[in-house]
Amino acid sequence: MADAGMTKPLTDRRAAVRPVRAWRNMNAKVASIPMVATVLVIFIGCSLWTVLYSFTDSKLLPRERFVGLEQYERLWGTDRWLVSIGNLAVFGVLSMVFSLVIGFTLAAMLDRKIRFENAFRTIFLYPFALSFIVTGLVWQWILNPTYGVQKVVRDLGWTSFSFDPLYTDSIVIYGILIAALWQGTGLVMCLMLAGIRGIDEDIWKASRVEGISVWKTYIVIIIPMIRPVIVTAVVIIAAGIVKVYDLVVAQTSGGPGNASQMPALYVMDKMFKDQNLAQGFAASTMMLVTVAIVLIPWAYLEFGGKRRG
Amino acid sequence: MAEMIAGPRGPKPRRAFSTPNIVLYGTLIVVAAYYALPLYVMIVTSLKTMPEIRLGNVFSPPVEITFEPWVKAWSSACTGINCDGLSRGFWNSVWILIPSVILSIAISSVNGYALANWKYRGSEFFFAVLMIGAFIPYQVMLYPIVLVLKNIGDFLSIFSLAMGMGKVQVYGTLSGLVIVHTIFGMPILTLLFRNYFSALPEELFKAARVDGAGFWGIFFKIMLPMALPIFVVAMILQVTGIWNDFLFGVIYTKPEIYPMTVQLNNIVNSVQGVKEYNVNMAATLLTGLVPLTIYFISGKLFVRGIAAGAVKG
Amino acid sequence: MTKMKLALALLASAALPQAVLATDLEVTHWWTSGGEAAAVAEMARAFDASGDKWVDGAIAGSGGTARPIIISRILGGDPMGATQLNHGLQAQELIQAGLLQDLTEVAEAEGWKDIIKPISLLDACTFEGKIYCAPVNIHSWQWLWLSNAAFEKAGVAVPTTWDEFVAAGPALEAAGIIPLAMGQQPWQSSGAFSVMAVAIAGQDLWLTVHRDKDEAAAASPEFGKVFEAAVAARSMAAKSNVQDWNQATNLVISGAAGGQIMGDWAQGEFQLAGQVAGTDYTCLPGLGVNEVISTGGDAFYFPVNDDAEVTAAQKRLASLLVSKELQVAFNLKKGSLPIRGDVDLATANDCMKKGLEILAAGAILPSQDELLTPDAQGQIEDLMVEFWNSTTMSAADAHAKYVEIIASAE
Repeated sequence: MADAGMTKPLTDRRAAVRPVRAWRNMNAKVASIPMVATVLVIFIGCSLWTVLYSFTDSKLLPRERFVGLEQYERLWGTDRWLVSIGNLAVFGVLSMVFSLVIGFTLAAMLDRKIRFENAFRTIFLYPFALSFIVTGLVWQWILNPTYGVQKVVRDLGWTSFSFDPLYTDSIVIYGILIAALWQGTGLVMCLMLAGIRGIDEDIWKASRVEGISVWKTYIVIIIPMIRPVIVTAVVIIAAGIVKVYDLVVAQTSGGPGNASQMPALYVMDKMFKDQNLAQGFAASTMMLVTVAIVLIPWAYLEFGGKRRG
Repeated sequence: MAEMIAGPRGPKPRRAFSTPNIVLYGTLIVVAAYYALPLYVMIVTSLKTMPEIRLGNVFSPPVEITFEPWVKAWSSACTGINCDGLSRGFWNSVWILIPSVILSIAISSVNGYALANWKYRGSEFFFAVLMIGAFIPYQVMLYPIVLVLKNIGDFLSIFSLAMGMGKVQVYGTLSGLVIVHTIFGMPILTLLFRNYFSALPEELFKAARVDGAGFWGIFFKIMLPMALPIFVVAMILQVTGIWNDFLFGVIYTKPEIYPMTVQLNNIVNSVQGVKEYNVNMAATLLTGLVPLTIYFISGKLFVRGIAAGAVKG
Repeated sequence: MTKMKLALALLASAALPQAVLATDLEVTHWWTSGGEAAAVAEMARAFDASGDKWVDGAIAGSGGTARPIIISRILGGDPMGATQLNHGLQAQELIQAGLLQDLTEVAEAEGWKDIIKPISLLDACTFEGKIYCAPVNIHSWQWLWLSNAAFEKAGVAVPTTWDEFVAAGPALEAAGIIPLAMGQQPWQSSGAFSVMAVAIAGQDLWLTVHRDKDEAAAASPEFGKVFEAAVAARSMAAKSNVQDWNQATNLVISGAAGGQIMGDWAQGEFQLAGQVAGTDYTCLPGLGVNEVISTGGDAFYFPVNDDAEVTAAQKRLASLLVSKELQVAFNLKKGSLPIRGDVDLATANDCMKKGLEILAAGAILPSQDELLTPDAQGQIEDLMVEFWNSTTMSAADAHAKYVEIIASAE
């Protein structure tokens, strides 16, 4: 795998022009030093380091006293971690489903040769330009029970109306979800729209001839055809979900109680605040495992049959 | 992925006022209102006085417009006893941004060029790992990177001390953060440039080789001038990404060089007495202004950038 | 030309001694509320007046946010000049790794052993016979702050014990007042619980559980009573939905809440709001049950630095922090108690005087920071923040989990 390019020179379109003399290609190798260093030291080295030290009892400073799976046993016996994982699951499933549904619906609507398409797209996508910190703070304000949505509805006459997600532990995760969807669905829409626009015009002609309704065409014909785009969107959303951190920090700091805790916050707290590095490493290793669970099937689906490149 | 948004296609438009059209436009307008609402709320809140905020609700427009909160957010909001507002964070972000964007794009464009045109033993392997690296949760690498930066500093200190200069500090300084941004921007940027250079006509490259041009010669004389659009896309991607970063800013810097996002969170989430929501919202808007401006100016290029950058997750 | 040179040389020589003396020292801390910032400004002013320069490195948020930043900077080889940390077990590993400055020399020269009172404060700074930190104040968690106006409005007398306070709960609620103000940060949840534990289980049992880590004592029904009391307190705080501690204190200051269990730093907020102890607000040390001061507090640590000038400035700051003048100025603003018994706090208000009396009487208790590792503290915080904000977690559940944490604590 490592030398795929060398052993199969004939399949490589640049093979014919590859310089013969080693010192010429030397330049390319020298130029790649930062990349190679990043790959070896950071992506491989640092990840392995963290996994390795998750089997120690490192507290404030890393130390090589190995304790087997002790950190993992404690991790999975800790309420806060279990709550975090539960939240991640709920948040993950909901934000995946809603992102895809909303993203696709908006894309389909924009695809209807509408007027002001650019204006609508600009509005749907601008939140993506904003950071999670900004997103979290804005929604913290809009959902503020004293001045925000709850008060507005009450002022309109519905005095018993109650919608206070950020201070109600059973629904706080939806408060974060609303903010996350606001920020991220524009991107999904863009990806989907690109996918839809990439479909051959003849498909539409055929479906019109067959008398299939527009909506049915989208659902039955278009969706299967843009599968690669959907898969890409799923991977992007999933990777984002596992990493969710800034948004929660700005919006709720994990509260009320532990109700909106996320794995990334647990990692940060154990690693830096509670001076228990190994516990943080164990938790981050679990995050890595989660990502692998998402990525491996995808990589298999995408690259399983055919060669890379 | 290069031609993200082609022109509108699909079936021909129906008559303007058919029922489906009304439903379609109605839905779009309602949804657009929902998306636009937070920006509206930020703007009106930042222009109100505190008494007005307490009396009214978040959606009501300001009765009496005041720019006081903006002034305060920019120049006198406090974190601790430092009361110089967000301006410090703004300039910090600028100083973080410029070298980070330049360095990351410089390195990644060369990477992409080497990967596309000068494959060598193992280059595909490194590229594959680089792509996988984009998906590793940052939390896994945060701590060891602290040690790596410290060691880089110690290593460079050997030379600088030998030359009679002071100790070199990398961790906790601007240079450390620039390195981190360069590292984490590398996967997506490299992908971007590699795909772009691969798609350029091969004849150009061959002709240059025949003329005897080398690695750098071809890069600077032929590839760079042709790659202008992709450089713009990469820049948009990096400027927004780095400006919006919070996690690295918290971990790899110290209070004097905190980027704007971190300072914003500090100002808003640490209160002295009463929370000043108008100042908080002005501060929030100020922080969002740079990426928003880029977004509104760059239009379709931004869409291309994020569509490509989306792979970064 | 020669004249010019001469003048320059003179100028330089005149300026030189000062230039050597004036050293910039970055000081990190997490004192960012109004009262705290005012107190830290006193330190900065005194340090600047002595010829050096205080570079303020305030980190907003709680210690939980700030400590990681502080520690990773020390570990990452980018030490600040000085930093606040709670003394206790937090710094131990840093000392072991040789990252903190040994202050024994300063301490001996200034006779800290004789002036610092209670001596346990200095013990908390001592590791293997050497002194590594300069204590600056005594912070006792053991207080209940009450709003006189709120009780007046509810038509009940201002309570003098915790039980009376609980009994007044329904009357407060009927008057539209939140009986107990609670912020939602984890450290507040665990701190308030710890105060209740000391008051309700008694000091001896509390020490057996937290100092000796006695699992059986932790599991005992006597200790279980604390959790039942906490369930009652939790329902009294149900309507308090603020995040930061000073926002919760503000509820008490404005009379929107009846009381708050909070350390003596809350006093700085009352003071800043212009309230007078005794007339506007009342303080009950040890919840009015057993008057005691827990001797936790803040201390400054000085990371090792290879710049000799910085090291000298660090030592100057250390001695300044313990000095009489600064102790008075700082603690008056901060609402905490001074670390030396020989200062005159005539201007102190009623509540501080109460605290000083208790201190003089020797009713002191180590703070939880000194007894438990940050790791165990973190676990308790995670549990307590969940407990206080839950509507369903029972006393027995919380108790069982607490016992587990104590059993596994080092």
